[in-house]
Amino acid sequence: MYPRDEVADYIGEHFIPVKAHIAEQPGTFGRFHKNWTPTLVVMDGRGIERHEWVGYLPADEFSGQLALGRAQAAFGAGDWEEAEERFREAAAAWSNTEAAPEAVYWAGVSRYKASEDPAALGETADRLAERYPDSLWATRASVWAD
Amino acid sequence: MSIEWRKDVDAALEEAQETGRPLLVDFNAAPD
Repeated sequence: MYPRDEVADYIGEHFIPVKAHIAEQPGTFGRFHKNWTPTLVVMDGRGIERHEWVGYLPADEFSGQLALGRAQAAFGAGDWEEAEERFREAAAAWSNTEAAPEAVYWAGVSRYKASEDPAALGETADRLAERYPDSLWATRASVWAD
Repeated sequence: MSIEWRKDVDAALEEAQETGRPLLVDFNAAPD
């Protein structure tokens, strides 16, 4: 399922990886209210879910989701500067994936949370409109445009 | 590098708190 060494390396470096098999661990599925596979969830040490995706993805899309999940874990912890850095890394590394416009959106939100400067949101809307105009994330951010 | 998958969620949650790394939980139905 993880044929690329760099994907396995990234998981090993940045996550505590857990496998829950539907036949072997039905209790874990019930505990986290999951009823479909594959479902991938990034959660913090308190068991709070920060990011989720469903279904098989090509390696680049999968890696983009991993990077988003790592950034969302920092965002969920209220570490805005770390979150912004991770979202920007995700957007740059996986710029041609579905994760990229989402990462740009949340990088802008993280910057706004850290700075309380509304300009961060306007700049994010402009960037999404320019780089990912057909994405739903550009639409979501459009209300921030000047 | 092979991935060292854990199966004990509670132990993994403790490990996540100790290391500051988030969990990646793969809910799956695939054969090993």
